[in-house]
Amino acid sequence: MDALAAQSGPRFLMFETLAERTLALCQLERRQHPQRGYSPALERLLPPVLARCLSSGIRIVGNFGGANPPAAARRIAEMARSIGLRVPRIAIVEGDDIVTRLSAADLAAREIGGTSLAQRRKIISANIYLGAQPIVQALDQDADIVVTGRVADSALALGPLLHAFRWRADDWNRLAAGTLAGHLLECGAQVTGGYFADPGYKDVPDLADVGYPIAEIDQDGEIVITKPTGTGGVVDRLTVVEQLLYEIHDPSAYLAPDVILDLTDVEIAEIDKDRVRVCGARGKPAPETLKATVCFDSGLLGEAEISYAGPNAPARAQLAADVVRERLRKRVPRLEVRIDAIGVVSVLGAGRSPADFRQAQANDVRLRFAAQSTDAEQIEMLLDEVEALYCAGPAGGAGVRRRITPRVASASCLIERSYAQPRVTMVGVAV
Amino acid sequence: MMRTVRLHEIANARTGDKGNRLNLALVCRNPADYPAVAAQVTAERVAQVFAARKPSRVVRYDLPKLAAFNFVLDDVLEGGVNASIGLDGHGKSLSFLVLDMPVLIAADVPRRARETETMGPGRSS
Repeated sequence: MDALAAQSGPRFLMFETLAERTLALCQLERRQHPQRGYSPALERLLPPVLARCLSSGIRIVGNFGGANPPAAARRIAEMARSIGLRVPRIAIVEGDDIVTRLSAADLAAREIGGTSLAQRRKIISANIYLGAQPIVQALDQDADIVVTGRVADSALALGPLLHAFRWRADDWNRLAAGTLAGHLLECGAQVTGGYFADPGYKDVPDLADVGYPIAEIDQDGEIVITKPTGTGGVVDRLTVVEQLLYEIHDPSAYLAPDVILDLTDVEIAEIDKDRVRVCGARGKPAPETLKATVCFDSGLLGEAEISYAGPNAPARAQLAADVVRERLRKRVPRLEVRIDAIGVVSVLGAGRSPADFRQAQANDVRLRFAAQSTDAEQIEMLLDEVEALYCAGPAGGAGVRRRITPRVASASCLIERSYAQPRVTMVGVAV
Repeated sequence: MMRTVRLHEIANARTGDKGNRLNLALVCRNPADYPAVAAQVTAERVAQVFAARKPSRVVRYDLPKLAAFNFVLDDVLEGGVNASIGLDGHGKSLSFLVLDMPVLIAADVPRRARETETMGPGRSS
Protein backbone atom coordinates (compact mmCIF):
# COMPACT_ATOMS: atom_id res chain seq x y z
CA MET A 1 0.00 0.00 0.00
CA ASP A 2 2.78 2.43 0.89
CA ALA A 3 4.52 1.75 -2.39
CA LEU A 4 1.35 2.33 -4.35
CA ALA A 5 0.42 5.43 -2.37
CA ALA A 6 3.87 6.93 -3.06
CA GLN A 7 3.41 6.71 -6.84
CA SER A 8 2.01 9.51 -8.93
CA GLY A 9 -0.62 9.14 -11.60
CA PRO A 10 -3.75 7.02 -11.47
CA ARG A 11 -3.30 4.01 -9.22
CA PHE A 12 -5.39 0.90 -8.91
CA LEU A 13 -5.35 -2.04 -6.56
CA MET A 14 -6.41 -5.24 -8.28
CA PHE A 15 -7.84 -8.29 -6.55
CA GLU A 16 -8.27 -11.56 -8.41
CA THR A 17 -10.01 -14.01 -6.10
CA LEU A 18 -12.02 -16.43 -8.24
CA ALA A 19 -10.50 -19.76 -9.23
CA GLU A 20 -12.52 -21.84 -11.68
CA ARG A 21 -14.67 -23.53 -9.08
CA THR A 22 -14.86 -20.69 -6.57
CA LEU A 23 -17.87 -19.27 -8.37
CA ALA A 24 -19.76 -22.54 -8.07
CA LEU A 25 -19.09 -22.58 -4.34
CA CYS A 26 -20.27 -18.95 -4.16
CA GLN A 27 -23.43 -19.90 -6.04
CA LEU A 28 -24.14 -22.74 -3.62
CA GLU A 29 -23.63 -20.40 -0.69
CA ARG A 30 -25.95 -17.82 -2.20
CA ARG A 31 -28.72 -20.41 -2.45
CA GLN A 32 -28.38 -21.05 1.28
CA HIS A 33 -27.88 -17.43 2.30
CA PRO A 34 -29.19 -14.82 -0.17
CA GLN A 35 -27.02 -12.11 1.42
CA ARG A 36 -23.83 -14.07 0.81
CA GLY A 37 -22.25 -15.77 -2.17
CA TYR A 38 -19.48 -13.27 -2.73
CA SER A 39 -15.85 -14.36 -2.52
CA PRO A 40 -14.93 -15.20 1.08
CA ALA A 41 -11.57 -13.52 0.43
CA LEU A 42 -13.37 -10.16 0.62
CA GLU A 43 -13.56 -10.32 4.41
CA ARG A 44 -9.83 -10.86 4.67
CA LEU A 45 -8.53 -8.63 1.87
CA LEU A 46 -10.45 -5.40 2.09
CA PRO A 47 -10.42 -4.27 5.75
CA PRO A 48 -6.64 -3.74 5.85
CA VAL A 49 -6.57 -1.57 2.71
CA LEU A 50 -9.89 0.22 2.60
CA ALA A 51 -9.04 3.33 4.62
CA ARG A 52 -5.72 3.86 2.89
CA CYS A 53 -7.18 3.41 -0.58
CA LEU A 54 -9.96 5.89 0.01
CA SER A 55 -7.65 8.50 1.55
CA SER A 56 -4.95 8.13 -1.12
CA GLY A 57 -7.26 7.94 -4.12
CA ILE A 58 -6.23 4.39 -4.96
CA ARG A 59 -9.14 2.75 -6.69
CA ILE A 60 -9.96 -0.89 -6.12
CA VAL A 61 -10.98 -3.31 -8.85
CA GLY A 62 -11.78 -6.86 -7.80
CA ASN A 63 -13.78 -9.87 -8.85
CA PHE A 64 -14.69 -10.62 -5.26
CA GLY A 65 -18.37 -10.14 -6.10
CA GLY A 66 -18.44 -13.84 -6.95
CA ALA A 67 -22.01 -14.98 -7.48
CA ASN A 68 -23.46 -11.96 -5.69
CA PRO A 69 -21.80 -8.60 -6.46
CA PRO A 70 -24.64 -6.54 -4.91
CA ALA A 71 -24.19 -8.37 -1.60
CA ALA A 72 -20.44 -7.81 -1.79
CA ALA A 73 -21.05 -4.09 -2.35
CA ARG A 74 -23.34 -3.93 0.68
CA ARG A 75 -20.74 -5.73 2.75
CA ILE A 76 -18.02 -3.28 1.64
CA ALA A 77 -20.23 -0.29 2.53
CA GLU A 78 -20.79 -1.87 5.93
CA MET A 79 -17.04 -2.38 6.43
CA ALA A 80 -16.41 1.27 5.56
CA ARG A 81 -19.06 2.45 8.03
CA SER A 82 -17.79 0.19 10.79
CA ILE A 83 -14.30 1.68 10.56
CA GLY A 84 -15.66 5.20 10.42
CA LEU A 85 -15.00 5.92 6.77
CA ARG A 86 -17.16 7.74 4.29
CA VAL A 87 -19.29 5.39 2.24
CA PRO A 88 -17.29 4.79 -0.92
CA ARG A 89 -18.71 4.97 -4.42
CA ILE A 90 -19.07 1.34 -5.34
CA ALA A 91 -19.89 0.07 -8.81
CA ILE A 92 -21.10 -3.45 -9.40
CA VAL A 93 -20.61 -5.28 -12.66
CA GLU A 94 -23.12 -8.02 -13.40
CA GLY A 95 -24.28 -9.96 -16.42
CA ASP A 96 -21.71 -12.73 -16.42
CA ASP A 97 -24.22 -15.22 -14.99
CA ILE A 98 -25.87 -17.05 -17.90
CA VAL A 99 -27.36 -19.97 -16.03
CA THR A 100 -30.89 -18.71 -16.63
CA ARG A 101 -30.18 -17.60 -20.18
CA LEU A 102 -28.93 -20.88 -21.61
CA SER A 103 -30.37 -24.32 -20.92
CA ALA A 104 -28.24 -27.32 -20.06
CA ALA A 105 -28.68 -28.51 -23.65
CA ASP A 106 -27.64 -25.10 -25.03
CA LEU A 107 -24.52 -25.21 -22.89
CA ALA A 108 -23.76 -28.80 -23.84
CA ALA A 109 -23.89 -27.82 -27.51
CA ARG A 110 -21.25 -25.16 -26.85
CA GLU A 111 -18.85 -27.20 -24.75
CA ILE A 112 -15.22 -27.25 -25.87
CA GLY A 113 -12.64 -29.92 -25.20
CA GLY A 114 -15.05 -32.52 -23.88
CA THR A 115 -18.58 -33.81 -23.69
CA SER A 116 -19.17 -33.81 -19.95
CA LEU A 117 -22.20 -31.50 -20.17
CA ALA A 118 -23.99 -33.85 -22.55
CA GLN A 119 -24.47 -36.31 -19.71
CA ARG A 120 -27.38 -34.38 -18.16
CA ARG A 121 -25.48 -32.93 -15.26
CA LYS A 122 -26.92 -30.93 -12.42
CA ILE A 123 -25.58 -27.50 -13.35
CA ILE A 124 -24.63 -25.26 -10.44
CA SER A 125 -23.28 -22.21 -12.23
CA ALA A 126 -22.51 -20.91 -15.70
CA ASN A 127 -20.58 -17.68 -16.09
CA ILE A 128 -19.19 -15.87 -19.07
CA TYR A 129 -15.78 -14.23 -18.74
CA LEU A 130 -16.66 -10.58 -19.34
CA GLY A 131 -14.11 -8.17 -20.74
CA ALA A 132 -12.78 -4.81 -19.61
CA GLN A 133 -15.54 -2.52 -20.94
CA PRO A 134 -17.93 -2.70 -17.96
CA ILE A 135 -14.99 -1.95 -15.65
CA VAL A 136 -14.15 1.09 -17.80
CA GLN A 137 -17.75 2.29 -17.53
CA ALA A 138 -17.68 1.86 -13.77
CA LEU A 139 -14.44 3.83 -13.43
CA ASP A 140 -15.76 6.50 -15.83
CA GLN A 141 -18.59 6.97 -13.32
CA ASP A 142 -16.01 7.73 -10.62
CA ALA A 143 -16.30 4.47 -8.74
CA ASP A 144 -13.86 4.17 -5.86
CA ILE A 145 -14.39 0.43 -5.88
CA VAL A 146 -15.46 -1.81 -8.73
CA VAL A 147 -16.95 -5.15 -7.71
CA THR A 148 -17.33 -7.73 -10.43
CA GLY A 149 -18.35 -11.34 -10.69
CA ARG A 150 -16.65 -13.37 -13.40
CA VAL A 151 -14.51 -11.26 -15.71
CA ALA A 152 -11.32 -12.30 -17.46
CA ASP A 153 -8.59 -11.98 -14.84
CA SER A 154 -6.60 -9.76 -17.18
CA ALA A 155 -9.60 -7.41 -17.58
CA LEU A 156 -9.07 -6.35 -13.98
CA ALA A 157 -5.92 -4.57 -15.23
CA LEU A 158 -7.03 -3.73 -18.75
CA GLY A 159 -10.17 -1.92 -17.50
CA PRO A 160 -8.23 0.63 -15.43
CA LEU A 161 -5.75 1.15 -18.30
CA LEU A 162 -8.49 1.80 -20.84
CA HIS A 163 -10.09 4.22 -18.41
CA ALA A 164 -6.85 6.04 -17.64
CA PHE A 165 -5.31 6.18 -21.12
CA ARG A 166 -8.43 6.23 -23.30
CA TRP A 167 -6.98 3.56 -25.57
CA ARG A 168 -9.28 2.80 -28.49
CA ALA A 169 -11.16 -0.50 -28.36
CA ASP A 170 -9.39 -1.56 -31.56
CA ASP A 171 -5.90 -0.43 -30.59
CA TRP A 172 -4.96 -4.09 -30.53
CA ASN A 173 -1.31 -3.79 -29.55
CA ARG A 174 -2.08 -1.60 -26.54
CA LEU A 175 -4.99 -3.83 -25.54
CA ALA A 176 -2.56 -6.73 -25.79
CA ALA A 177 -0.08 -4.92 -23.53
CA GLY A 178 -2.81 -4.23 -20.97
CA THR A 179 -3.93 -7.84 -21.11
CA LEU A 180 -0.36 -9.00 -20.66
CA ALA A 181 0.04 -6.73 -17.63
CA GLY A 182 -3.10 -8.28 -16.14
CA HIS A 183 -1.86 -11.77 -16.89
CA LEU A 184 1.46 -11.05 -15.16
CA LEU A 185 -0.34 -9.69 -12.09
CA GLU A 186 -3.24 -12.10 -11.80
CA CYS A 187 -1.45 -14.68 -9.67
CA GLY A 188 0.03 -12.13 -7.26
CA ALA A 189 3.38 -13.26 -5.91
CA GLN A 190 3.84 -15.81 -8.70
CA VAL A 191 5.69 -13.09 -10.62
CA THR A 192 7.74 -11.78 -7.68
CA GLY A 193 9.45 -14.99 -6.61
CA GLY A 194 6.47 -16.92 -5.26
CA TYR A 195 6.13 -20.46 -6.55
CA PHE A 196 9.66 -20.12 -7.87
CA ALA A 197 12.20 -21.02 -5.19
CA ASP A 198 14.30 -24.14 -5.50
CA PRO A 199 17.09 -23.90 -2.92
CA GLY A 200 20.57 -23.94 -4.37
CA TYR A 201 19.20 -23.50 -7.90
CA LYS A 202 16.67 -20.68 -7.73
CA ASP A 203 17.11 -18.90 -4.43
CA VAL A 204 14.56 -16.30 -3.39
CA PRO A 205 15.47 -13.88 -0.62
CA ASP A 206 13.04 -13.64 2.29
CA LEU A 207 10.27 -15.69 0.67
CA ALA A 208 8.30 -15.53 3.91
CA ASP A 209 7.76 -11.81 3.36
CA VAL A 210 7.35 -11.98 -0.42
CA GLY A 211 6.14 -8.71 -1.92
CA TYR A 212 3.14 -8.50 -4.20
CA PRO A 213 3.73 -7.17 -7.69
CA ILE A 214 3.28 -3.66 -8.96
CA ALA A 215 2.96 -3.01 -12.68
CA GLU A 216 3.85 0.46 -13.93
CA ILE A 217 2.35 0.94 -17.37
CA ASP A 218 2.75 3.92 -19.65
CA GLN A 219 0.54 5.41 -22.35
CA ASP A 220 2.21 3.25 -25.01
CA GLY A 221 1.74 0.03 -23.12
CA GLU A 222 5.28 -0.45 -21.92
CA ILE A 223 5.18 -2.43 -18.69
CA VAL A 224 7.60 -2.44 -15.78
CA ILE A 225 7.02 -5.19 -13.22
CA THR A 226 8.39 -4.47 -9.78
CA LYS A 227 7.57 -4.92 -6.11
CA PRO A 228 7.63 -2.73 -3.02
CA THR A 229 11.09 -1.94 -1.62
CA GLY A 230 11.88 -3.76 1.58
CA THR A 231 9.75 -6.79 0.77
CA GLY A 232 11.04 -10.29 0.10
CA GLY A 233 11.04 -12.08 -3.21
CA VAL A 234 12.69 -11.23 -6.49
CA VAL A 235 11.63 -9.82 -9.85
CA ASP A 236 13.93 -10.79 -12.68
CA ARG A 237 13.83 -12.23 -16.19
CA LEU A 238 13.27 -15.74 -14.89
CA THR A 239 10.39 -14.99 -12.50
CA VAL A 240 8.67 -12.92 -15.16
CA VAL A 241 9.04 -15.48 -17.97
CA GLU A 242 7.69 -18.28 -15.78
CA GLN A 243 4.56 -16.27 -15.07
CA LEU A 244 4.34 -14.95 -18.63
CA LEU A 245 3.83 -18.50 -19.91
CA TYR A 246 1.70 -19.69 -17.00
CA GLU A 247 -1.47 -21.38 -18.27
CA ILE A 248 -0.70 -20.30 -21.84
CA HIS A 249 -1.30 -22.67 -24.70
CA ASP A 250 -0.42 -21.26 -28.14
CA PRO A 251 1.79 -18.25 -27.26
CA SER A 252 0.81 -16.54 -30.51
CA ALA A 253 -2.90 -16.64 -29.64
CA TYR A 254 -3.89 -16.19 -26.01
CA LEU A 255 -7.60 -15.55 -26.20
CA ALA A 256 -8.99 -12.81 -23.96
CA PRO A 257 -12.43 -11.18 -24.28
CA ASP A 258 -11.03 -7.89 -25.63
CA VAL A 259 -8.09 -9.00 -27.76
CA ILE A 260 -6.06 -11.98 -28.89
CA LEU A 261 -2.63 -11.63 -27.31
CA ASP A 262 0.48 -12.69 -29.21
CA LEU A 263 3.47 -13.21 -26.93
CA THR A 264 5.96 -14.39 -29.52
CA ASP A 265 7.75 -11.04 -29.85
CA VAL A 266 7.70 -10.10 -26.20
CA GLU A 267 11.06 -8.98 -24.87
CA ILE A 268 12.10 -8.84 -21.28
CA ALA A 269 14.89 -6.71 -19.84
CA GLU A 270 16.18 -6.38 -16.30
CA ILE A 271 16.51 -2.60 -16.00
CA ASP A 272 17.32 -2.38 -12.30
CA LYS A 273 17.18 -4.51 -9.17
CA ASP A 274 13.71 -6.02 -9.02
CA ARG A 275 12.59 -4.03 -12.04
CA VAL A 276 11.83 -5.82 -15.29
CA ARG A 277 10.65 -4.16 -18.46
CA VAL A 278 8.24 -6.11 -20.65
CA CYS A 279 7.42 -4.92 -24.14
CA GLY A 280 6.54 -6.24 -27.56
CA ALA A 281 3.08 -7.68 -26.91
CA ARG A 282 1.07 -7.73 -30.09
CA GLY A 283 -2.68 -7.91 -30.44
CA LYS A 284 -5.14 -9.28 -32.94
CA PRO A 285 -8.88 -8.53 -33.11
CA ALA A 286 -10.94 -9.91 -30.25
CA PRO A 287 -12.39 -13.40 -30.67
CA GLU A 288 -15.97 -13.83 -31.90
CA THR A 289 -17.03 -15.82 -28.88
CA LEU A 290 -16.51 -15.57 -25.14
CA LYS A 291 -15.44 -18.32 -22.82
CA ALA A 292 -17.74 -19.51 -20.07
CA THR A 293 -17.12 -21.87 -17.20
CA VAL A 294 -19.96 -24.20 -16.31
CA CYS A 295 -19.82 -25.97 -12.96
CA PHE A 296 -21.83 -29.03 -12.14
CA ASP A 297 -22.28 -31.44 -9.28
CA SER A 298 -20.06 -34.48 -9.62
CA GLY A 299 -20.66 -36.52 -6.51
CA LEU A 300 -18.37 -37.12 -3.61
CA LEU A 301 -14.63 -37.61 -3.23
CA GLY A 302 -13.74 -39.97 -0.42
CA GLU A 303 -10.19 -40.10 0.90
CA ALA A 304 -8.64 -42.06 3.75
CA GLU A 305 -5.02 -42.34 4.85
CA ILE A 306 -3.01 -44.60 7.12
CA SER A 307 0.72 -44.74 7.97
CA TYR A 308 3.18 -47.62 8.18
CA ALA A 309 6.64 -46.89 9.56
CA GLY A 310 9.86 -48.62 10.57
CA PRO A 311 11.28 -51.97 9.45
CA ASN A 312 9.48 -53.57 6.52
CA ALA A 313 7.06 -50.60 6.25
CA PRO A 314 6.69 -50.81 2.43
CA ALA A 315 5.72 -54.48 2.59
CA ARG A 316 3.12 -53.83 5.28
CA ALA A 317 1.76 -50.90 3.27
CA GLN A 318 1.52 -53.12 0.20
CA LEU A 319 -0.34 -55.76 2.19
CA ALA A 320 -2.76 -53.15 3.54
CA ALA A 321 -3.45 -51.94 -0.01
CA ASP A 322 -4.05 -55.50 -1.22
CA VAL A 323 -6.34 -56.31 1.71
CA VAL A 324 -8.52 -53.23 1.18
CA ARG A 325 -8.77 -53.92 -2.55
CA GLU A 326 -9.76 -57.52 -1.92
CA ARG A 327 -12.41 -56.62 0.65
CA LEU A 328 -13.87 -53.89 -1.54
CA ARG A 329 -13.93 -56.14 -4.58
CA LYS A 330 -16.52 -58.23 -2.76
CA ARG A 331 -18.56 -55.38 -1.28
CA VAL A 332 -18.48 -52.64 -3.97
CA PRO A 333 -17.07 -54.25 -7.09
CA ARG A 334 -17.72 -51.25 -9.31
CA LEU A 335 -15.99 -48.64 -7.15
CA GLU A 336 -12.70 -47.58 -8.71
CA VAL A 337 -10.18 -47.02 -5.93
CA ARG A 338 -6.87 -45.25 -6.31
CA ILE A 339 -4.10 -46.10 -3.87
CA ASP A 340 -1.02 -43.94 -3.44
CA ALA A 341 1.93 -44.48 -1.14
CA ILE A 342 2.92 -40.98 -0.11
CA GLY A 343 6.70 -40.77 0.08
CA VAL A 344 7.06 -43.66 -2.38
CA VAL A 345 4.79 -42.99 -5.31
CA SER A 346 1.93 -40.50 -5.28
CA VAL A 347 1.91 -37.26 -7.26
CA LEU A 348 4.27 -38.34 -10.02
CA GLY A 349 2.72 -41.83 -10.16
CA ALA A 350 0.82 -42.11 -13.37
CA GLY A 351 -2.23 -44.29 -13.68
CA ARG A 352 -4.51 -45.89 -11.17
CA SER A 353 -2.99 -49.31 -11.70
CA PRO A 354 -1.87 -50.89 -8.44
CA ALA A 355 1.79 -50.04 -8.00
CA ASP A 356 4.12 -52.33 -6.10
CA PHE A 357 5.37 -50.43 -3.08
CA ARG A 358 7.51 -53.26 -1.73
CA GLN A 359 10.63 -52.30 -3.64
CA ALA A 360 10.72 -48.87 -2.01
CA GLN A 361 13.50 -47.95 0.40
CA ALA A 362 11.14 -45.85 2.51
CA ASN A 363 10.59 -46.52 6.19
CA ASP A 364 7.77 -44.02 6.69
CA VAL A 365 4.96 -44.67 4.25
CA ARG A 366 1.55 -43.05 4.23
CA LEU A 367 -1.06 -44.89 2.19
CA ARG A 368 -3.82 -42.86 0.63
CA PHE A 369 -7.01 -44.41 -0.70
CA ALA A 370 -9.35 -42.33 -2.88
CA ALA A 371 -12.54 -42.88 -4.83
CA GLN A 372 -15.29 -40.79 -6.32
CA SER A 373 -18.96 -41.68 -6.49
CA THR A 374 -22.43 -40.20 -6.41
CA ASP A 375 -23.32 -42.95 -3.96
CA ALA A 376 -22.37 -41.88 -0.42
CA GLU A 377 -22.75 -45.42 0.85
CA GLN A 378 -20.01 -46.72 -1.45
CA ILE A 379 -17.67 -44.00 -0.31
CA GLU A 380 -18.42 -44.77 3.33
CA MET A 381 -17.61 -48.42 2.68
CA LEU A 382 -14.17 -47.51 1.38
CA LEU A 383 -13.46 -45.27 4.34
CA ASP A 384 -14.70 -47.91 6.78
CA GLU A 385 -12.44 -50.52 5.24
CA VAL A 386 -9.42 -48.26 5.67
CA GLU A 387 -10.36 -47.64 9.27
CA ALA A 388 -10.80 -51.39 9.76
CA LEU A 389 -7.07 -51.76 9.02
CA TYR A 390 -6.56 -50.72 12.65
CA CYS A 391 -7.90 -54.05 13.88
CA ALA A 392 -7.90 -56.28 10.85
CA GLY A 393 -4.97 -55.11 8.72
CA PRO A 394 -1.17 -55.51 8.88
CA ALA A 395 0.80 -54.65 12.02
CA GLY A 396 1.50 -51.09 13.04
CA GLY A 397 -1.04 -49.22 10.91
CA ALA A 398 -1.40 -45.73 12.38
CA GLY A 399 -3.03 -42.34 12.11
CA VAL A 400 -6.15 -42.99 10.03
CA ARG A 401 -7.74 -39.82 8.69
CA ARG A 402 -10.85 -39.86 6.56
CA ARG A 403 -12.61 -37.16 4.63
CA ILE A 404 -15.55 -36.80 2.28
CA THR A 405 -15.62 -33.75 0.01
CA PRO A 406 -18.56 -32.83 -2.25
CA ARG A 407 -17.17 -32.39 -5.73
CA VAL A 408 -17.84 -29.67 -8.22
CA ALA A 409 -16.59 -30.28 -11.72
CA SER A 410 -16.36 -27.75 -14.50
CA ALA A 411 -16.47 -27.56 -18.25
CA SER A 412 -15.65 -24.76 -20.66
CA CYS A 413 -17.98 -23.43 -23.36
CA LEU A 414 -17.66 -20.86 -26.11
CA ILE A 415 -20.64 -18.55 -26.07
CA GLU A 416 -21.84 -15.99 -28.61
CA ARG A 417 -21.22 -12.45 -27.42
CA SER A 418 -24.92 -11.60 -27.51
CA TYR A 419 -25.48 -13.67 -24.36
CA ALA A 420 -23.11 -11.49 -22.36
CA GLN A 421 -25.13 -8.56 -21.09
CA PRO A 422 -22.85 -6.58 -18.81
CA ARG A 423 -24.60 -4.16 -16.48
CA VAL A 424 -22.95 -1.53 -14.34
CA THR A 425 -24.78 -0.19 -11.31
CA MET A 426 -23.56 2.43 -8.87
CA VAL A 427 -24.37 1.83 -5.23
CA GLY A 428 -23.58 3.71 -2.07
CA VAL A 429 -24.24 6.99 -3.83
CA ALA A 430 -26.67 9.44 -2.26
CA VAL A 431 -29.31 10.28 -4.86
CA MET B 1 33.87 -30.47 -24.12
CA MET B 2 30.35 -31.66 -23.51
CA ARG B 3 28.81 -32.87 -20.28
CA THR B 4 25.54 -34.50 -19.36
CA VAL B 5 23.42 -32.77 -16.75
CA ARG B 6 19.88 -33.05 -15.56
CA LEU B 7 17.69 -30.38 -17.12
CA HIS B 8 17.14 -29.18 -13.55
CA GLU B 9 20.74 -27.92 -13.56
CA ILE B 10 20.19 -25.46 -16.39
CA ALA B 11 16.49 -24.73 -16.75
CA ASN B 12 13.40 -23.67 -14.84
CA ALA B 13 9.91 -25.03 -15.35
CA ARG B 14 6.37 -24.20 -14.27
CA THR B 15 3.19 -25.97 -15.23
CA GLY B 16 -0.35 -24.70 -15.57
CA ASP B 17 -3.61 -26.52 -16.18
CA LYS B 18 -6.88 -26.03 -18.04
CA GLY B 19 -9.17 -28.99 -17.71
CA ASN B 20 -7.29 -32.09 -18.79
CA ARG B 21 -4.61 -30.10 -20.61
CA LEU B 22 -1.24 -29.23 -19.12
CA ASN B 23 1.12 -26.50 -20.21
CA LEU B 24 4.72 -26.58 -19.17
CA ALA B 25 6.94 -23.54 -19.54
CA LEU B 26 10.61 -24.41 -19.75
CA VAL B 27 13.02 -21.50 -19.36
CA CYS B 28 16.79 -21.67 -19.88
CA ARG B 29 18.56 -20.03 -16.97
CA ASN B 30 21.33 -19.10 -19.36
CA PRO B 31 20.09 -18.15 -22.84
CA ALA B 32 23.28 -19.69 -24.25
CA ASP B 33 21.85 -23.13 -23.45
CA TYR B 34 18.78 -22.49 -25.61
CA PRO B 35 20.05 -24.23 -28.80
CA ALA B 36 21.10 -27.35 -26.89
CA VAL B 37 17.76 -27.56 -25.12
CA ALA B 38 15.92 -26.90 -28.39
CA ALA B 39 17.74 -29.74 -30.07
CA GLN B 40 17.24 -32.27 -27.29
CA VAL B 41 14.10 -31.48 -25.33
CA THR B 42 11.78 -32.15 -28.22
CA ALA B 43 8.04 -32.72 -28.08
CA GLU B 44 8.74 -36.40 -28.75
CA ARG B 45 11.07 -36.72 -25.78
CA VAL B 46 8.69 -34.91 -23.48
CA ALA B 47 5.92 -37.22 -24.71
CA GLN B 48 8.13 -40.16 -23.70
CA VAL B 49 8.60 -38.72 -20.22
CA PHE B 50 4.82 -38.56 -19.91
CA ALA B 51 4.21 -41.90 -21.62
CA ALA B 52 2.54 -43.46 -18.58
CA ARG B 53 -0.08 -40.70 -18.70
CA LYS B 54 -0.77 -41.39 -22.36
CA PRO B 55 -0.78 -37.88 -23.81
CA SER B 56 -3.03 -37.65 -26.87
CA ARG B 57 -0.94 -34.76 -28.25
CA VAL B 58 2.23 -32.91 -27.31
CA VAL B 59 3.15 -29.63 -28.98
CA ARG B 60 6.21 -27.49 -28.33
CA TYR B 61 6.08 -23.75 -28.99
CA ASP B 62 9.47 -22.03 -29.23
CA LEU B 63 10.09 -18.59 -27.75
CA PRO B 64 13.70 -17.78 -28.68
CA LYS B 65 13.44 -14.16 -27.51
CA LEU B 66 12.63 -15.43 -24.03
CA ALA B 67 15.03 -18.41 -24.16
CA ALA B 68 11.96 -20.46 -23.33
CA PHE B 69 9.64 -23.16 -24.65
CA ASN B 70 6.00 -23.84 -23.99
CA PHE B 71 4.87 -27.44 -24.11
CA VAL B 72 1.17 -28.25 -24.31
CA LEU B 73 0.19 -31.80 -23.38
CA ASP B 74 -3.36 -33.01 -23.91
CA ASP B 75 -5.16 -35.52 -21.68
CA VAL B 76 -2.42 -36.06 -19.12
CA LEU B 77 -4.17 -34.93 -15.94
CA GLU B 78 -6.44 -37.91 -15.25
CA GLY B 79 -9.40 -35.71 -16.10
CA GLY B 80 -8.02 -32.55 -14.53
CA VAL B 81 -8.40 -30.98 -11.14
CA ASN B 82 -12.16 -31.46 -11.07
CA ALA B 83 -12.15 -35.10 -12.01
CA SER B 84 -8.85 -36.63 -10.93
CA ILE B 85 -8.87 -38.54 -7.67
CA GLY B 86 -5.11 -38.21 -7.43
CA LEU B 87 -3.41 -35.72 -5.14
CA ASP B 88 -2.18 -33.40 -7.87
CA GLY B 89 -5.05 -32.87 -10.25
CA HIS B 90 -3.50 -29.58 -11.37
CA GLY B 91 -0.32 -31.34 -12.44
CA LYS B 92 1.67 -28.72 -10.56
CA SER B 93 4.39 -31.19 -9.60
CA LEU B 94 4.87 -32.37 -13.18
CA SER B 95 7.32 -29.57 -13.98
CA PHE B 96 9.87 -31.52 -11.98
CA LEU B 97 9.17 -34.69 -13.91
CA VAL B 98 10.53 -32.96 -17.02
CA LEU B 99 13.41 -31.33 -15.12
CA ASP B 100 14.68 -34.82 -14.35
CA MET B 101 15.57 -35.38 -18.03
CA PRO B 102 19.27 -35.71 -18.92
CA VAL B 103 20.66 -33.28 -21.52
CA LEU B 104 24.06 -32.88 -23.08
CA ILE B 105 25.45 -29.33 -22.90
CA ALA B 106 28.69 -27.56 -23.69
CA ALA B 107 30.86 -27.49 -20.59
CA ASP B 108 32.23 -24.04 -21.37
CA VAL B 109 28.98 -22.09 -21.74
CA PRO B 110 29.67 -18.81 -19.94
CA ARG B 111 27.55 -18.36 -16.82
CA ARG B 112 26.07 -15.04 -15.84
CA ALA B 113 26.79 -13.47 -12.48
CA ARG B 114 23.38 -14.10 -10.97
CA GLU B 115 23.56 -17.68 -12.02
CA THR B 116 26.87 -18.12 -10.30
CA GLU B 117 25.33 -16.65 -7.18
CA THR B 118 22.50 -19.12 -7.30
CA MET B 119 24.84 -22.05 -7.74
CA GLY B 120 24.59 -24.00 -4.55
CA PRO B 121 25.93 -27.24 -3.16
CA GLY B 122 23.35 -29.20 -5.13
CA ARG B 123 24.90 -28.27 -8.46
CA SER B 124 27.47 -30.37 -10.15
CA SER B 125 29.78 -28.56 -12.52
